[in-house]
Parts: sequence; C-alpha cells; structure tokens
Amino acid sequence: MALVKYNNRSILNVTALDSLASGGLNLLATNNITSGVSSSSFTSNIDSTYDTYLFKFINMHPASTNTHFRVNFRDGGSNFDASKTTTTFFSRHKEDDSNASLGYDNSRDLANGTGYQDIYFDTGANASDECGSGTLFLFSPSSTTFVKHFMSVSSSYGDTPRAYHNFMAGYCNTTSAIDGVDFKFSSGNIDSGVIKMYGLSKS
Amino acid sequence: MALNFCNNNSLSAITSIPAAISGGGLNLISTQTASSSSTLSFTSGIDSTYKEYIFKFINMHPVTDTAKLQVNFRDGSTAFDATKTTTVFNAQHPEAGGDGELSYQAGNDIAQGTGYQDLTRNTGNGNDESTSGMLHLFDPSNTTFVKHFICESNSYFGNDQTEKLHIVGYCNVTAAIDGVDFKFSSGNIDSGVIKLYGVS
Repeated sequence: MALVKYNNRSILNVTALDSLASGGLNLLATNNITSGVSSSSFTSNIDSTYDTYLFKFINMHPASTNTHFRVNFRDGGSNFDASKTTTTFFSRHKEDDSNASLGYDNSRDLANGTGYQDIYFDTGANASDECGSGTLFLFSPSSTTFVKHFMSVSSSYGDTPRAYHNFMAGYCNTTSAIDGVDFKFSSGNIDSGVIKMYGLSKS
Repeated sequence: MALNFCNNNSLSAITSIPAAISGGGLNLISTQTASSSSTLSFTSGIDSTYKEYIFKFINMHPVTDTAKLQVNFRDGSTAFDATKTTTVFNAQHPEAGGDGELSYQAGNDIAQGTGYQDLTRNTGNGNDESTSGMLHLFDPSNTTFVKHFICESNSYFGNDQTEKLHIVGYCNVTAAIDGVDFKFSSGNIDSGVIKLYGVS
C-alpha cells in the first residue's frame, strides 16, 4: 500500500492511486537504451487489457551506417516471426534542396513475409546527431478472431543527408494473439534511444 | 479546495491531485487563445521534463484570406530561427467534387532554412473556415541529436476544398529547442486555440 501524507491543502507523496483513472495514455514500459544492444523487445503487458497499444520511439540512433529501423511481432512461441502483409510510402527532401519526392517503396513492403518490417530506412551513424523518431500503433493484439493491424509514422534523418517522412501500415496475418514486439536495426546495434509502450484506455 | 476521502487501502473521490503527480500520458502544460494576435508563442514549459511534446491547434482562423499557418523554433537567444530541413506532401479534394489529388509540395519544404515552416498551404478567412491539426516535437532539450518534428493539419482551403498537409523534418541543431512560435504568413491570427501537452 502506498504511503500517503496530507498537509493543509493537498496530498503529498502519493505513489499509487488505486481507484483514480490515469487517463487515456497509460505508460506500461520504457526501454531506455544507453549502450549498444542488438534489439529492444517488449514481451509482457501486451494482452487484452487494452484495445490499442502505442509505441513511441525517440532518437533511435544506430551503430552502423545506412541501416533501417525495423519491427517484428511474436504470435506464439519465442520467435518474432508473425506473417505480415504491409504497405509503405514516404516523402523526402535533401538538405541541398534536391530529391524532393513522394513515393511508394516496393522494396520495403512485405507480402505475407515473416521477416522484420522497415519502419524507417537509410539512417546512419555518420554523424553523432543522426536519428529517427516516431510512433507505432498496434490494434487489438489479443484478438483470436481477426488479423492484427498496425500503423507507423516517423521522421528520420537519412544518410545523404535528408529528411524522411515514413509511413508504414499492415497486419499480422494470423488469428493467434500477438504478445511481443521487437525493434532493431537491419545491421548493427541500437546505439541509443528510448522506446515507450502505452496502452490506450478502453473507456 | 478538493474534497478527498480515504478508506482502508485506497483513495477515492479525488477531484484534484498535486501538480507533481502525473495524471497519465498527456499532460496539459499550457493553452493559448488567439484574439487578433500576430503570433502565439510558447516560451516556457519546453524542457527535459518530457521526451515528446504535442501541440494541438484548433480552428486557427486568419484575418487574411488564403494565409498559411506557420511554425518556427527557438534554439537559443530570443529569435525563432532554428535551421530546418523538411519534407511536405498533401491530399486535397474540392467541395464541388471531381478528382482528388495527392502530391509533393516543393513550394512548402525547407532545405537548411531558418524561416517559418508552412503548416498549411492556404487557410480561408470565411466565417466558418479554419485549420486544425497537431504538431509533435521530440526530445527538444537533447543536445546530442537533431530535433525531429511531425505535423499533420487539415484546412478549409480558400477556394472551398479540404486539404490534408503532412509535414516532417528536423531542426538541424544540437542546441536545445526551448520555444515554439505560430503565426500566419500574412495578417493576424483572428482566433484559434493552441494547446501544449507533454507526453509522460
């Protein structure tokens, strides 16, 4: 039980509120990466408590150059290998004012593939200030009736250098529950970054 | 003063809690309401407290027809002039029907510029015309990385169509961003509300 202290006008030092709704966004876990790790996994608290889960990845910085930030999902067992069909497109613009374009990227989508899905790409470690940030929504992961939809939007610093606006969406083509999510780069470690997982209150 | 009740193992009927206790994921930091204002600036509350800040701009209504809602960032001193590289595209569809359009907007992006970034291409000033949307700013106090931002807006275009504009980019500085300024490209902000939230 939390310790609760009163003064004349307010409550102090409350560390838990048993019956007070905490609001729409409920922070479930934070992976704070401060030294190189091969991946960042969330393997608990993804269940039927919430219908929507939100991952926020902030300043994800790779150890390698020209690498892609990726995600995969666990649908039973211990492997992150759910079958996925996805679609991706982007908008981009270089710092030298060239390469301004909006396009679909056939090389980044999956057609019932089990591999990792790119969230953003071509970011690097050429400069210490390069990174990417964004969000990933995962809908109703515990459903055993429907496929599991997910959507991501991110901003990233491309290696060349350029600004990338990355859109990715798709579904895990399985009726098994999704109970884990894993993030990594296509090559090399995650050098640093923060990933937070939230559940969105049902009511 | 709020009434608070205790039972044996929990608190109930609490209507307010000390500011030091987070109320959940989205924490309202400040609200600004325009009234024929030249700009709406947020110059406090943007620091290392949160890793992500969200601005929600609601019914931004310009004095001048077809003005563009714009944003800029402060990276030290008093000027809103952080160097930025951005990329922009839109989807639009007129009230009269016909084909919609999805295209890159080279006239609204920035390549290492310090000027204001367009958040809309055109907002009408008719009585019922306005722009609403949201701007996410990531880790503004970080002094190692560039500062990413993501924005999407929907506008009542001056010639009677809807336009969704998507803007992302980064302030290409390692200095902390400690202020954000909104204005229209010409004329004042006649009315509108901008709310600043921190994400726990």
